[in-house]
Amino acid sequence: MWQLFTQNWQAFLTGFWHTILSSIIALIFSFILGSGFAILETNPNKFWRGVAKVYVEIFRNIPLLVVTMFFYLVLPKVLPAMSGFTAGTIGLTLYTSAFIAETVRSGLQSVGTGQMEGCLANGLSYWQAMKNVILPQALKITIPPLGNQFVNLIKNSSVLAFVAGMDLMYQGDVIASNTFQTIPTYIIVGIFYLILTLPLSYYMQYLEKKLA
Amino acid sequence: MKRIWKKLGIILSLLLVAIGLAGCGNKAVNKSNVYQHVKKTNTIIWGVRNDTPLFGLVDPKTGTLRGFEIDLAKALTKEILGPTGKCKLFQASAKTKIPVLKNGNIDVLLATCTITPDRAKVVDFSKPYFGAGQSLLVPKTSSLHSIKQLNKPGTKVLAVKGTTAIANIQKVAPKAKLLEYDDYGQCFSALKSGQGVAMSTDNGILAGIAANNPQYHVVGGSFTTEPYGIAVDKGQHQMRDEINKAFAKLKANGTYDRLLKKWFADVPGFNYKEVEK
Repeated sequence: MWQLFTQNWQAFLTGFWHTILSSIIALIFSFILGSGFAILETNPNKFWRGVAKVYVEIFRNIPLLVVTMFFYLVLPKVLPAMSGFTAGTIGLTLYTSAFIAETVRSGLQSVGTGQMEGCLANGLSYWQAMKNVILPQALKITIPPLGNQFVNLIKNSSVLAFVAGMDLMYQGDVIASNTFQTIPTYIIVGIFYLILTLPLSYYMQYLEKKLA
Repeated sequence: MKRIWKKLGIILSLLLVAIGLAGCGNKAVNKSNVYQHVKKTNTIIWGVRNDTPLFGLVDPKTGTLRGFEIDLAKALTKEILGPTGKCKLFQASAKTKIPVLKNGNIDVLLATCTITPDRAKVVDFSKPYFGAGQSLLVPKTSSLHSIKQLNKPGTKVLAVKGTTAIANIQKVAPKAKLLEYDDYGQCFSALKSGQGVAMSTDNGILAGIAANNPQYHVVGGSFTTEPYGIAVDKGQHQMRDEINKAFAKLKANGTYDRLLKKWFADVPGFNYKEVEK
């Protein structure tokens, strides 16, 4: 197995790099999008609540692969074709953002309504109250489930393999089918995923202890 | 922090155990005689394609597999086991076809598998039964007509994981960028949505796709020779010899010719006499 790695280390590292890059981009944007939609979901305005609800329900209930295939195969009929990496990362971002929105929403709702009323009574605007009082408390509560979502995001990035996104899983497939050493190849791929996800899980546990 | 190290230690040791087990699994390849086994169960499990028009494709209306290789597998089963012999079909993708054979999920692989020196190191091949050659599939509006035109940086060529097309493109057009997919359906969808300029694999497979999609055609002639062989696991010489014997009989009694004609005679731009073995 070591020999398999030394012979194909460039491919494995290319894949590792693409997985990291895609995960980081998707993590940042899905967190922003997800928090945004969570705020909309708890908004007093009925219209915005409806918009957020539709978005979350659509992307939460369609398989990630279908979302990705849509961007990869269907959208090029009207727009210029995008690479597998781009399509996969967009799919991953939208899909994860729906789950993050639900997570953050439950956090926001667990902060008592009295706090928002208190803020408003003291002359803060809705957005000021959200930014300074509600959101910081809500995010603290959502850290453990958010950590799960981030770990899921990294694992789900393997969807890039289906659209030739050059990620770890794609490179693993290519190496396995060229060397016929299927089992060792996927063990190496698995180790690479652990290198990414284990520290993240432990960091999240550490944050949870520190902030709680 | 200490507890984290402890946990990490446990996970790592579990991983090592898993690797150790996998290592054992590799060595403990089933060494029993496949021919004796199929004789005893009166059943041969064939690994065939499910995504390849003309060779092996699931018919969406009936859910059954249809194609040249499916018919060939059935005919060979009757020759090897006699008229009561049962033929079981196992759907193997390009990517998984060799692993499922090595793992023993199937007895014999009959799945558009080119005989190559690399593959011959891990499996045993019968005599070739189909003389394919690699070609290109492009939209009819494309100006591409030769593989040489692909040898430019930034040119994207689409292929299927685990096929010989990949190494061949890398040899003939090293500057082209290869994108690899899981099966021919996905690969062709990617071509349709403009993810690459051409799709490359064996001419028989491409002709089958072009026959159902008239906006696309096969160009570039065949720039390699890709003889397909029936594969058995390494060392299963008796099974391989029985397959060769049965195949010779099918050729002698005209069944082979009849099947070739049935599937390939009406394909536009494809001369089935060229692939006859």
